[in-house]
Amino acid sequence: MRKAVLFLLIFVMTAALVGCGGGGGAATIKVGGIGELTGDIPAVGASFKNAAEMAVKEVNDAGGLEVGGKKYPIELFIEDNAGKADQSASAAQKLITQQNVVAIIGPNASRYAIPASEVAESSKVVLISPWSTNPKTTIDAKTNAPKRYVFRACFIDPFQGRVVAKFALDNLKATKAAVLYDVASEYNKGIAEFFKQTFEENGGTVVAFETYTTGDKDFSAQLTKIKEANPDVVFLPNYYSEVPLQIQQGKRLGITVPFLGSDSWGSNELISLCGADCEGYYFSTHYAPDAATPVAQKFIKDYTDKYGKVPDDVAALTYDAFGLLWMALKNAGQVDREAVRNALAQIPKYEGVTGTMQFKEGSGDPIKSAVILQIKDGKFVWFANANP
Amino acid sequence: MTYFLQQVLNALQLGSIYALIALGYTMVYGILTMINFAHGDLFMVGAFFCFIAATFLKLPFVPTLLLSMAGVALLGVTIERVAYKPLRQAPRVSAIITALGVGLFLENFTLVFSPYPQHVPTLIENKTWIIGGVAISSLQVIIILLALVLMILLDLIVRRTMVGMAMRAISWDKSIVPLMGVPVNLIISITFAIGTSLGAAAGTMYSLAFPVIDPYMGILVGWKAFISAVVGGIGNIRGAMIGGFILGAVEILVAAFLPSTYRDFVAFALLLVLLIFRPYGILGKPRPQKV
Repeated sequence: MRKAVLFLLIFVMTAALVGCGGGGGAATIKVGGIGELTGDIPAVGASFKNAAEMAVKEVNDAGGLEVGGKKYPIELFIEDNAGKADQSASAAQKLITQQNVVAIIGPNASRYAIPASEVAESSKVVLISPWSTNPKTTIDAKTNAPKRYVFRACFIDPFQGRVVAKFALDNLKATKAAVLYDVASEYNKGIAEFFKQTFEENGGTVVAFETYTTGDKDFSAQLTKIKEANPDVVFLPNYYSEVPLQIQQGKRLGITVPFLGSDSWGSNELISLCGADCEGYYFSTHYAPDAATPVAQKFIKDYTDKYGKVPDDVAALTYDAFGLLWMALKNAGQVDREAVRNALAQIPKYEGVTGTMQFKEGSGDPIKSAVILQIKDGKFVWFANANP
Repeated sequence: MTYFLQQVLNALQLGSIYALIALGYTMVYGILTMINFAHGDLFMVGAFFCFIAATFLKLPFVPTLLLSMAGVALLGVTIERVAYKPLRQAPRVSAIITALGVGLFLENFTLVFSPYPQHVPTLIENKTWIIGGVAISSLQVIIILLALVLMILLDLIVRRTMVGMAMRAISWDKSIVPLMGVPVNLIISITFAIGTSLGAAAGTMYSLAFPVIDPYMGILVGWKAFISAVVGGIGNIRGAMIGGFILGAVEILVAAFLPSTYRDFVAFALLLVLLIFRPYGILGKPRPQKV
């Protein structure tokens, strides 16, 4: 009797194991997604989820993804990280061990992408973060070597800091810049420092380098100091919920020079919070909805038809992250985690919504360009391209 | 010199907001020896009432201010009746934990309606005058003047009226006062109404000066106002006003003359030193325990 029970147990367990046994013999391709659906940046999570579902639906509507001569439908599992670092890691763990996904897309913000990437790296599963621009996402903090299984669909902060600094020097003819940034957030701090470095290397001077901490609303002391330093341009690499306050207070204190920003400005919320005060200013970001390539135009149209709003940069990058994964699967010719990783690391050219991307073995960061947008009549308008 | 004057003006604006909120902490402490940790969140609710009145009802400034003050006063009195009154005989810690709970409730209740930051429309046409190199905005002037008027009014109520006398009496000795025929519950309700409506006034002015509001905005400001109340001597109304202006001045001036990264670190180190020398705050007096 006991033996029979034991046998039955082993049988059930093996069946269960085979049942969810990795992509190999399964009839579907399982893909995981981790998004900030709740927490402090729900707008990011919502765009992520919309674009992810759209990318998967397109493939399934076409009968599935053709890998090695066979068509597989895609199965998508989306987990919420609740805007928490620990939940991002546990979501990655769950997707890898329980759902047995072939790859993970997300999380988006660097502070969540970094912990999730650690789990993916140690489990040898590909993770592509659409929106995380901090260098540490794809670089191992201990060894400083690039992570083998972690990729992203966007450019990184040192590049963005350089782009904005060059733009200020060349296009705005600024020689004196001031910076105000959130010292408690890694994204803001990183860009601010790279901006300062490039600006000074190219002959400019940073006359004020001021900080605040997350949650502050009164920036009058720092802005008064900035006004006193008399800069030609003020750089604010901060999130869209804080930038309007900084610009309004700066104007009230009599700062009349242009303000500059980074991709954290690129939410439509910025315009509704800022009103006419942000008119005419510039920021660097991933793509320009109005100067789009045919690929991007189709995406923008489909997204707008489906969800009733213009896709923001998170949606576009998420869509591209899935596009990169489809290409890697096709190039690999088999549904296998290691093969997908190897194919992804060598993608020679991918025409995405956010521009042309290229991967070279030895780095998870794509080679791609950035755009500078201007805020004009309450809209984000293409102003210039910036190549790496 | 103009730089210094400009920063002093900035400090006055920030200080008057802190002072108004600190008054709510100090009044409740004075009368109930309890710290109402939900006060920072009532300040946030005040800002949201202002947002609702200005955006959906399209009211001008003065009705918006009054509506926000009245709404939050009503909320404050209700909270006191529902959450704090049953605990009046319970240990102080229970009441304080309840207050923290009420604060979390208010934050999450607001979160249900508005997870996104909201923009408060401009209610007062903002003008900036440059006087001798110092930029003075009409909003700054209104905030500072309104705060002063409200504080003077409060001082008059507490020192010159029967209600004020009853408040002072209750804070002096809670057990004897009811025997003199003072309606203690009514006076406590009035105290809550006044304290929270000052918080709402601060919330309204804050959301006009910094017009992006979110459900968590009350936490940091609430803590800083609480610190102001303690520095001024908690329980003492004039102390709370002074404490608010001191904290505002320290924060702004540290950022003005030292690297701004040191702001909170230096500001709070200074306050710690101050409390070492004046443990009861600037105007606070040691209260001997009556046996």
